[in-house]
Amino acid sequence: MRSRRVALGITVLVSALVTVPVGVPAGASTQPAVRAEAANQTQILRVGVTQEIDSLNPFISITRTGTDILRTAFDFLTVYSQEDMSPVPALAESWETSEDKLTWTFKIREGMTWSDGQPITAEDPAFTYNLMLENEVARTANGSYVEQFESVEATDEYTLVIKTKVPQATMTALDIPVVPEHVWSTMSDVGAEPEMPMVGSGPYTITEFEEAQYTKMKANPDYWRGAPKIDEVHFIYYRNADAAVQGLQNGDVDVVNRLNPTQYDALKSDPNIELVQAQGRRFNEILINPGAATEDGKPIGSGNPALKDIKLRQAIATAIDSQTLVDKVWGGYAEPAAGYLPPIFSDFAWSPGDDVKREFDLDEANRMLDEAGYEMGPNGVRLDKQGKPLNLRLLAHAGTNIDENGGPYIVGWLKEIGINVTLEPVSDTQVNEDTTRGDFDLAFSGWNANPDPDFVLSLQTCANRPNAQGKGGTPDSFLCDEEYDRLYAEQLQELDRDKRVDLVKQMQEVLYDRATMVILGYDNVLEAYRKDAWEGFPLQPADSGVIMNQQGYWGYYGATPAGEGPVPTFDENGMMVSDSSGASDTDTTNAAGEDGGNTGLVLAIIGGVVVVLLVGGFLFARGRRRTADDRE
Amino acid sequence: MSDILTPTEEALAEAPPPTRGGGALRYLLTKAGGGLVSLVLVIVLGFLLFRVLPGDPVLTMTRGRPASKEQIAELEAQLGLDKPLIAQFFDYLWRLLQGDLGESYVFRVPVTQKIMERLGPTLLLVGTATLIAVALGLWLGTRSAWRRDSRFDKVSTSVALALWSTPTFFLGLLLMAATSGWFPTAGMVNSDTPPDFFSQAVDVAHHMVLPTITLVAVVYAQYQLVMRSSLLEEMGADYLTTARAKGLRDAMVRRRHAVPNALLPTVTLVFLHMGFVVAGAITTETVFSWPGLGLLTYDALEKRDLPLLTGTFIVLAGAVIVMNVLADMLYRVLDPRVRAS
Repeated sequence: MRSRRVALGITVLVSALVTVPVGVPAGASTQPAVRAEAANQTQILRVGVTQEIDSLNPFISITRTGTDILRTAFDFLTVYSQEDMSPVPALAESWETSEDKLTWTFKIREGMTWSDGQPITAEDPAFTYNLMLENEVARTANGSYVEQFESVEATDEYTLVIKTKVPQATMTALDIPVVPEHVWSTMSDVGAEPEMPMVGSGPYTITEFEEAQYTKMKANPDYWRGAPKIDEVHFIYYRNADAAVQGLQNGDVDVVNRLNPTQYDALKSDPNIELVQAQGRRFNEILINPGAATEDGKPIGSGNPALKDIKLRQAIATAIDSQTLVDKVWGGYAEPAAGYLPPIFSDFAWSPGDDVKREFDLDEANRMLDEAGYEMGPNGVRLDKQGKPLNLRLLAHAGTNIDENGGPYIVGWLKEIGINVTLEPVSDTQVNEDTTRGDFDLAFSGWNANPDPDFVLSLQTCANRPNAQGKGGTPDSFLCDEEYDRLYAEQLQELDRDKRVDLVKQMQEVLYDRATMVILGYDNVLEAYRKDAWEGFPLQPADSGVIMNQQGYWGYYGATPAGEGPVPTFDENGMMVSDSSGASDTDTTNAAGEDGGNTGLVLAIIGGVVVVLLVGGFLFARGRRRTADDRE
Repeated sequence: MSDILTPTEEALAEAPPPTRGGGALRYLLTKAGGGLVSLVLVIVLGFLLFRVLPGDPVLTMTRGRPASKEQIAELEAQLGLDKPLIAQFFDYLWRLLQGDLGESYVFRVPVTQKIMERLGPTLLLVGTATLIAVALGLWLGTRSAWRRDSRFDKVSTSVALALWSTPTFFLGLLLMAATSGWFPTAGMVNSDTPPDFFSQAVDVAHHMVLPTITLVAVVYAQYQLVMRSSLLEEMGADYLTTARAKGLRDAMVRRRHAVPNALLPTVTLVFLHMGFVVAGAITTETVFSWPGLGLLTYDALEKRDLPLLTGTFIVLAGAVIVMNVLADMLYRVLDPRVRAS
């Protein structure tokens, strides 16, 4: 009898376990389906993010998603404009520089408040920067910005004075969230997770964080630029990008980014989805090892010495066709190569003039190599000056589109000009380590450039090479060029923007000529949102930009629900231009959303019923079989 | 999943140690001692394994954003990576003795806290799925063995094998697409669910449906197959003939005589699996963004978060070892042959 009781127990257990989750959809689906906007007019923007938040501490967070949220919660002294990412006033309404370019005086806007009602004064940025100067933990995320600071002081309630050790052109690009002194001065550990809700100064404040699940932000009604149109922004974490796309189609989230071309193309047929093809901040490149060395010039690594010859490098650059890579590897969702800085940064971007431009031409590349004395050896492989065949390794990131799919094209083109290339796909970290040590001939690389180009430009300076231990520094192409370094130092101290832009363009021309790297192209950022629920979002830059991961907060700040008038734009002072307040404020309930909701509910009920029937059937069959058994 | 079968088979093949009087305690001590040795090995290995992997954590953290040499050096000092490896190892041992697994590089919180946060969701999901899978597997396995080569046997065995061979992420995405809109696509609970217990519980259950089905579908086959084959071995046994000769009904013969004997290997397998329950199901958790330990491990590996990796490794391996020891004990209780010798 005992065994029967056990069997019965198992049956009950199984059916309980099966029915509990299953009985649920009928009741539970009301939550995701019938959206809150219908219930109490709370308008929520649900953002699907595919990266986990490391921390919501503005001094610690370094991830894309973490900084994206923090940028929206804490304003900066100055922010990058929506229009073209030039620095515009934020907490500081104006600023001036001393004669010697070492003292910066920022005038802090009066009348702004933190989300808890306390006034924002010059003491707050002074506290934030000084904390970073004093406390190494506070320097974790944004330490590089304060490295050249001599002192920071609030001389009166609305005046902030920063003295720097050397002239710095990046002072209007301090990407440091300013925190409230009255909250953070009482924290014993600046590296700890801040308490919720967080006191902030941005268009939204962070109110709730659920580990690896979601982060909630509420509109800040006292935001000094004016309150956002919507009530809340929820960032919902997806570990799997395909699931995020499915979530967008189901209406679980309203906007997703970083789609791959396949996902993007698949969404084209969905009538409720609007697609955004934006210019990206990333440049992709092939590094050509020009003879890696440490910062004191000691050669390191195992690069092929033949590549020290600029003629050989230029010939390789001539034999790489960016347009083919754009079409075949990126499926057209990219822009062909020009200068070092991506075209999204329209003022700093440079493209080679006709006099210096290298058009893709295999015959020309062959001619260049013939001229430079690389004789064709047996098997169609040229010989270097020592008579050894030109065999090169091409280090690639395994699993990365451009590396895996672009690699074979590059191998093919170089074979045409008599260079034998072996593609070596390895893990990302392996690529990083090998390139840092100089253990490569050719390697795929790429960086996300910032609106202020200083950082990516610094990558190609002599000073950025590793130290004797092969540590420190994040070398890129191991270029060490006198002219480039001179221009680099000059632009860093040039406070006139037009003159600086000119210097930066000259630097890119030098890079292009030295050919220690070949730009392959700039891939687009692909985003999608529900157009049945959303009118749109302010893009950055305004004509070809992104919604998410902006260098600022315009996209989330100006989120406009469907039927609530035009999407705002922001002028050169960062103020909202086309404010639609009062325009078409008729209560447009989101018809599509509600439709979807009801369908979802019905389907959920059907789903629940089906599973209950299945379980019931299973139990019934079991019962019948038992009687059948008993009869035997 | 097939790799999981091997330890069982090994455990079964291993002859139980001969025991004399008072052997129970000795048996227990031997097994516990063996477990302890394994645990120490895991602790040492946990430290070394992730440190010989290529990938400098500081480089990974700073790659692609402004970071000066000074900042990199500062980060290394903060994380204690500037010390020699041996010093780092003793630091780690000393802290471990105090029950401290260190601090995560990425999250900047104690690893223990991070693991405890994620343990609940994993136990809930994988525990539920394992219970269902065990029940389903045992029942199907018994039925197919008893009616060997019947249509039921053929169909259920092939379905089980087909599901077992389906890649988990594929099955998960397929289910998600097929049930489009019925179930949530990510997480454990919606961001706007009311905070009261009932709504939360209902929402969690709603979120659990798809991951649970995926997990069950992929793992139940092994229980079914082991149950089926061990019951088949018993089928020809003399004692069954005897039982039938006594006039017992067929169902009774099966339930009272055949199944209890055939259950032995299956129970061991189930117990061994309990250890892996803690490890979660990395793929399932990844597809459904379930905030469990598996997801945490995956993320930590990607970010080269060494303390977190070591911590999860110790916890996961520790769970397997503990369950292994328990399975050995249980085996002794279940099988009189192990006791008497």
